Amino acid sequence: MSATIFEKSHIGRGGIRLPKHQVQDAINLPKSLLREEKAKLPELSEFDVVRHFTNLSKKNYSIDSNFYPLGSCTMKYNPKVEERVANLDGFANLHPHHITNAKSNFIQGSLESLKILEDDLKEITGMDAFTLTPEAGAHGEMTGIMMIGAYHKKRGNKKRFVIVPDSSHGTNPASAAMVDFEVITVKSDKNGAMDVEAFKEAINDEVAAVMMTVPNTVGLFNPGIKEICDIAHSYDALMYYDGANLNAILGLIRPGDIGFDVVHLNLHKTFATPHGGGGPGSGPVGVKDKLIEFLPDLRVGYEKQKGYFIKEPSPYSIGKVSPFFGNYMISLRALVYMQTLGKEGMINVSRKAVLNANYILSKLKNYLDVPYDTFCMHECVLSAQSLYKQYHVSTLDIAKYLLDFGIHAPTIYFPLIVHEAIMIEPTETENIDTMDYFCQKVIDAVELAKNDPEAFKEFPKTLPISRADETKAARSLNIRWQED
Amino acid sequence: MPYTPHTKDDVQAMLAQIDIEDEQELFDSIPQELRAKQFELKDGLSEFEVYENFKELANKNETSKVCFLGGGYYDHIIPSAVDALSNRSEFYTAYTPYQAEASQGTLQALYEYQTLICELSGMEVTNASMYDGGTAMAEAALMAIRITKRDKIIIDIGVNPIYIKIVKTYLAYHDIKTVVMSLEDKLDSLLDANTAGYIFQNPNFFGSIEDFTSIIEALHVNKSLAIMSAYPIALGVLKTPGEMGADIYCADGQSLGNYLGFGGPSFGILATKQKYVRNLPGRIVGMTNDRDGKRAFVLTLQAREQHIRRARATSNICSNQNLMTLRATIFMSLLGKEGFAKLALQNYNNANYLLSELKKIENIKIFNRSPIFNEFVIETPLSGDEFLDKMSQRGFFAGLKLESLFENFEKRILVSVTEKRTKAQMDSFVSSIKEVL
Repeated sequence: MSATIFEKSHIGRGGIRLPKHQVQDAINLPKSLLREEKAKLPELSEFDVVRHFTNLSKKNYSIDSNFYPLGSCTMKYNPKVEERVANLDGFANLHPHHITNAKSNFIQGSLESLKILEDDLKEITGMDAFTLTPEAGAHGEMTGIMMIGAYHKKRGNKKRFVIVPDSSHGTNPASAAMVDFEVITVKSDKNGAMDVEAFKEAINDEVAAVMMTVPNTVGLFNPGIKEICDIAHSYDALMYYDGANLNAILGLIRPGDIGFDVVHLNLHKTFATPHGGGGPGSGPVGVKDKLIEFLPDLRVGYEKQKGYFIKEPSPYSIGKVSPFFGNYMISLRALVYMQTLGKEGMINVSRKAVLNANYILSKLKNYLDVPYDTFCMHECVLSAQSLYKQYHVSTLDIAKYLLDFGIHAPTIYFPLIVHEAIMIEPTETENIDTMDYFCQKVIDAVELAKNDPEAFKEFPKTLPISRADETKAARSLNIRWQED
Repeated sequence: MPYTPHTKDDVQAMLAQIDIEDEQELFDSIPQELRAKQFELKDGLSEFEVYENFKELANKNETSKVCFLGGGYYDHIIPSAVDALSNRSEFYTAYTPYQAEASQGTLQALYEYQTLICELSGMEVTNASMYDGGTAMAEAALMAIRITKRDKIIIDIGVNPIYIKIVKTYLAYHDIKTVVMSLEDKLDSLLDANTAGYIFQNPNFFGSIEDFTSIIEALHVNKSLAIMSAYPIALGVLKTPGEMGADIYCADGQSLGNYLGFGGPSFGILATKQKYVRNLPGRIVGMTNDRDGKRAFVLTLQAREQHIRRARATSNICSNQNLMTLRATIFMSLLGKEGFAKLALQNYNNANYLLSELKKIENIKIFNRSPIFNEFVIETPLSGDEFLDKMSQRGFFAGLKLESLFENFEKRILVSVTEKRTKAQMDSFVSSIKEVL
C-alpha cells in the first residue's frame, strides 16, 4: 500500500490536543487579512499518523539496516551517543537570538563547543581558522569561493576563472558559478589524476582558484599535488581542498601542510553524523591566515575574563551565509564523535577505511574492469564496461541487482571520466563478513550477466517497487497530491 | 578502537587477500615530505565520559526561563510522535533517495511534505527544501533574476534583517543592485524597468500584518516578481502568498516541529508558480509508476541540478534539510486541518491578550500600527540591555533587542508569544514589567 496520507484522511479526525485556551478571543481581523478557507491538511488520529510514517520508514534502506558502499559519500555507522547528546535540553532548546541580544552568558556551553570544534578541525587539517556557519558541503564550497573572490578583490587582482579537474564533483563547478566565476575543466591523465601538463596550459593570471579533491574522486592520491600547488601560487591562484575524501587521510596528510589555502569538510561524511535521508549536513570551511579577515559572520572568541563571546566581524568579511552557526546541532554531533575517537581512533579510521577498500578491490578485480590497477585509498573505482559491451548488462543493472540482496547500490556513473563506473567506499565501520557477502553478490551478478543477461531487466524484485518510470515522472509532472 | 570491527585475524586475512604484509604499504604512494607535520588531538574517551562532558556543557546554556523571544525562531509545541517517528533510524540514517526502489519511505514523505507546503501557502509547487529561511530567500532572489533577466532586487525593511544579510552575501558576486527600502521609502519610487523582484514579509519582522495584494498587482504591471516571506504558523489563519498572488514564497520551517537548536538545523521553504518550476533550485520529488504500473515516487527534474548540469545548474545545492522536512510533515499531519488553524489562532489570541495588557502600562509605547499576529514591538524607558537583564532576573527571556539589528531602535524590544504561554505566565510577565519600569 502506498496510499498517501491525504487518502487516509477522514473529516473530523484529529491528531493532538492543544493547550487549553485561556484568554479571550482577540477582535477578529478584517477579512482582507485572512485566508479564505482552512489549509487542507489531512485529518488523522495520532495513531494513524504513527502507523503511516512507521510503515513508510520500512520502505527505506538505511545505514542501520543495510550496507551502503557509496563511493564519495562515506556512509559509516553513526554512533548513538551523538543523538543522546543532541537531545539534551540545554542544546535542543537553546534560542539563537541570545546571540543577537549579545547575551553570551546564556550560551557559554554552545560557544565553548564551537570553539573546541574549530580548534580540533584546525589541527586535523593544518588550517589556521574555521567558519562553522556553512550548512552543507556545497554551501561550504560556495563560502570558500566567495572568500577567494574577496581576497582577490582586496588585492586588486583581476580574476575570472576557477580550475577544476574533469573528475570533480558537480558541486565544484556549480559552486564556482554561484560566485560568478567561469570554470576551466582540466582533463585527467591515465592514472586519473589531474594532468600536470594540461594544468600548466590552463593556468593563467586570471585564475582565482584551483579546486582539488585529495585523494581524488577515483580514490587515488595525486603525486603531482605539491607541484600543482606551487604553480597555482606562482599565479596568485589559491588552492581549494574539497574535503569529500578526508576519511582517507586523517592523521596522514593535512591539506594545510601541502599548500591548500581553503578547505571545506563534510562533517556528515568523515565525522559520522547521520545523513537524514539527504540532509542536514554541515560544511565548515578552514582557511590559512591570509584569508581569516574574509571569514563569514559569526565567529567565536575566548578571553579569560570574558569567557566565550561572538567576535566583531572583520570589515572584509564576506558577510552571513547562514542565520547563525549553520546546522549547529549537526556540528555538535560531529564533535561528540571526534571526542570518542581521539587521536589514535581517528588515525585508525583512515587506516581501516583504506584497508577495507583495498580488500574489496582485491576481491573484485578479476571480475570487473579495473581502470587504475594500483592500491586505492578509501574507495575503489571499477567499471562494468566489458560486461556492457559483451552482454549489455550495465552498471545500473548491477546496482539494481544488488538492491535485491539488501545492499544499497554503490555510486554509479561517477566519476564521469570512467565509463560504466562503479565506485565503492565501504568505510572503516564495515566488518569482513559484510564485505565478503557484498563481493560475492557482485561476483554472482557478473556470472548472471554472462549466463542470463535478460534477467537483469527484472531487478529489483523484492523491494516496495520495481524500477520506476523516471521519464514519465519528468514529462507528466506530479509533485503534489491533488484530489481529482 | 571504537566503531571499527576488525579483529587481528580479520586484518591478517585481509592483508593476505590484498597480498601485502602490513597495512602501511597501502600508503606508500604518499611521499614522506607530504605527510602530516603534526596531529595533536586528545585521547579518545568512553561514551560515558563524553556524555558527561557534554552534559556539563549543556548545563552552561540557559534554557529554563519563560520564553517571549521569537524573531523568526519560536518556542512552539512539538508533539512526542514527531520525535518518535523522525528518530527511527530507517529515516535518519538513510542516504539521499537517488535509488528510488530503496527509498520509497523518504520519497513519499517528501511528496507529502511538498503537498502540505502547497496547501498551507496556496502556492502551486515547491521543492524538497533549502537550508534555511535566509538562504531560501537568497535563492528566491536569484530565481527572480533568472526569470526576469533583470538586475535589481528591492527588499522591504520589514524582512528579517538576518535574511537580508544573507541575500546580500549571495548577490554580492553578481552584477545586481540590492536596495533595502526604509520605513519612509515608497515602493513606487524604487520600482523601475530593471526591478526583478520585491521581497517582503508578512507578518513583517515587527509582527504587523498587511494585505499585499494590490502591491503585488502593481509589481506584475511592472513585470517584476513578488517574493513573499511568511511565518508558516501564521498561514494557519492569514491570507496566503498564493491568495495574494505572490510569485515566490520563502520561509524558515523551524516553527513546524523543529527544535530551536541554537538556530539549526531548520529548513528553508521555497515555493512558486507552476510556470517557474524549472527555475526552482534543489530536489523535487514526483509521483510516477514502476514497471508494473504500481505507484512510485522518484526525484525528478534532475536536469536542473548540479550533478547533471554542473556550472549551469539552477544552484549548487546538493542536499535538502530532509530530516527537518520529515518532522514538519509529521507535525502538520498530527495537527491536521482543524488543529493547525486552531494553533495559529491561539498564537494570535495569546499575543493580542498580552499586547492589550501591556497597552495599559503608561510608560510602554507600542510601535505597531497595523494588527499583529504573534509578535509586536514595545518601547520602554529602559535601555534594551537593562530591560532584558532585569526581566531575566525575574525568569523571562523578555524579547529581542532590536537595536542590535536596526538603526535608531534603542529601547525597542520585539516580544513574541506562542501557544505554549499560559495566561499565568503572561500575567506574571506584565507584573514583572511593571516592577522593573
